Amino acid sequence: MDLALDMNVHNLVSQLVAGMVTSIEIFLLTLLFSLPLGLFIAFVRMSKNSFLQFLAKVYISVMRGTPLMLQLMVVYFSPFYIFGVKITPSYRFIAVIIGFSLNYAAYFAEIYRAGIESIAPGQWEAAQLLGYSKAATFFRIIFPQVIKRILPPVTNEVITLVKDTSLAFVIAVSEMFTQAKAIAAAQANIMPFVAAGLFYYVFNVLVAFVMGRIEKKLSYFN
Amino acid sequence: MSLLEINHLKKKFGELEVLKDISLKVEKGRVLSIIGPSGSGKSTLLRCAVLLEDVDGGEVIYNGKAAVREDKDKNTLVKADKRTLKEVKNCFGLVFQNFNLFPHMNVMQNLTDARIHVKRAGRAEAQADARELLKKLGLSDKEDSYPSQLSGGQQQRVSIARALMQKPDILFFDEPTSALDPELTVEVLKVIKALAKEKMTMVIVTHEMAFAKEVSDEIIFMENGYIVAQGSPYEVFEGDNERVKEFIGKLTSGA
Ligand SMILES: Nc1ncnc2c1ncn2[C@@H]1O[C@H](COP(=O)(O)OP(=O)(O)OP(=O)(O)O)[C@@H](O)[C@H]1O
Ligand SMILES: [Mg+2]
Repeated sequence: MDLALDMNVHNLVSQLVAGMVTSIEIFLLTLLFSLPLGLFIAFVRMSKNSFLQFLAKVYISVMRGTPLMLQLMVVYFSPFYIFGVKITPSYRFIAVIIGFSLNYAAYFAEIYRAGIESIAPGQWEAAQLLGYSKAATFFRIIFPQVIKRILPPVTNEVITLVKDTSLAFVIAVSEMFTQAKAIAAAQANIMPFVAAGLFYYVFNVLVAFVMGRIEKKLSYFN
Repeated sequence: MSLLEINHLKKKFGELEVLKDISLKVEKGRVLSIIGPSGSGKSTLLRCAVLLEDVDGGEVIYNGKAAVREDKDKNTLVKADKRTLKEVKNCFGLVFQNFNLFPHMNVMQNLTDARIHVKRAGRAEAQADARELLKKLGLSDKEDSYPSQLSGGQQQRVSIARALMQKPDILFFDEPTSALDPELTVEVLKVIKALAKEKMTMVIVTHEMAFAKEVSDEIIFMENGYIVAQGSPYEVFEGDNERVKEFIGKLTSGA
C-alpha cells in the first residue's frame, strides 16, 4: 500500500465532505430564511396599498428575471462598490445565504400567493362570523390548507435549490461542486465529479422522500 | 326592544343598487323567512345584517346596539366603536349555503376551535357542549370525521352546530338546503324546525315554500331590492299581491 496515495485519498474524501457540509448548510439556511420571507413578500404583493403591491411586483420580477449567479455577485460585491466597505472572506458565506434567500423568497412568494388566493372566500367569512381575528383566521384556518395545496410546487423549488447550491462557487464559497472541480483538476481524475453527481442525486432523493412524508401527513383532509 | 332592527338599509355594488330601502324587525323567539326571485337581494340583505358587507345607508341594530346607524344631521353613516361591534357580533351566527366547514379540522375541532382559541373557553367545557349539540343533531358518531367524509346533509348539520356553539341570539340561514339532494334536504329542515320549536330566533332565506309556510311566524317577499309583501305566512301566501302569486305559482308548477 502506497502511503502517499492513501493520504491523498483520505485528503480528497475529507475535502469532498467539507464541501458537502457547506452545500447542506446553504440549503438549510436558505430554506430557513426564504420560506418566511416569501410569505411576507406574498402579503406585500397582496396588500391593498397599490404602491406596496408595485414594489413587491418589481422585486419578484427582478429576482425571477435575472440569473441567480449574477445576484450572488451583486450581493457579494456591492458592500465594496456602493459603501466602500472592505469585503472580508467570512462575508462570502453570508453573501451566499443572503443572495439565495432573497432569490428563493421571490419564487416562494408567488407560490404562497397562488395558494392563498385559491382558498374560497367562504373560509374567511365563516371564520369572521365565528369571531376569529384576521391573523387567527390566517394561521388557524387558511394557512394549513395553503400548505397542503402548495406542497407540489414547493417540492419543485426545493429540488432546484439542491442543485442551485453549486452556484455558490461564483464567489468562491467552497461548496461540494467547487471542491470536486478543484480535486478533479489537480488529480486529472473524473471520480470527484462522479462523487459530486451522486451526492446531489442522493440529496434530492432524500428531499423527495421527506416532502412525500409531509404530503402523506397532510392527506387526512381534502 | 327588537332583537334585530334594520332601518332603510341601502346597498350598492358599483352602480347596481341591490338593496334600495329595506326595513324589518325581528322579535326574540320569532322566525322570519325571506323569499323572492333570484337576484332580488336576499343574500345581500343577510350579508349586510351579519356585517360581511359594508352598507351604503340605513341602520342595523341588535338589542338596541347599533352596528351602523345614520347620523341624521350630518347625513353620514356612523359605525359602532370596536367594543360595541364586538358585542354586536356576538349576537348572531350565519349558516351558509355551501357550509364552509374547515376541511382540515374534524367535526369536533370545527365545533370547538373558535370557543377554545377565540373565546378562550376551556377545552373540556367546549367539548361537552359540542357533544350535546351533536347528539341533538344526530351526529354523535361523527365527532372524529372530517367534512369530506360526510354527506352534504351531515355537513350542513355540522355547520348549524358550529354556529350554535357560539350561543347566538339570532341565527341567519342563506338557502341552507339548496346545495342538497331532496332526501338530504329533509334532515336539515327537520333540524331547523326543531330549533324553531325551542324558540330559537331565526332569519331564513329559502326557496322551500312549504317549509317557509310551516316554520315561519312572518314572511318577507323581496323583489328588486325592495320588500314587496310582508306578513304572516297566511297573509303572504293567500294574499292578493300579483307578484307573490306569480312567484309562488312558478315555483309550485315547476315542482
Ligand atoms: N359582491 C358583489 N359584487 C357585485 N354584484 C353583486 C355582488 N353580490 C351580489 N351582487 C349582485 O346583487 C344582486 C343581488 O344578489 P343576491 O345574491 O343578493 O341575490 P339573491 O336574492 O340572494 O339571489 P339568489 O336567490 O339567486 O341567491 C345580483 O344582481 C347580484 O349579481
Ligand atoms: Mg342568494
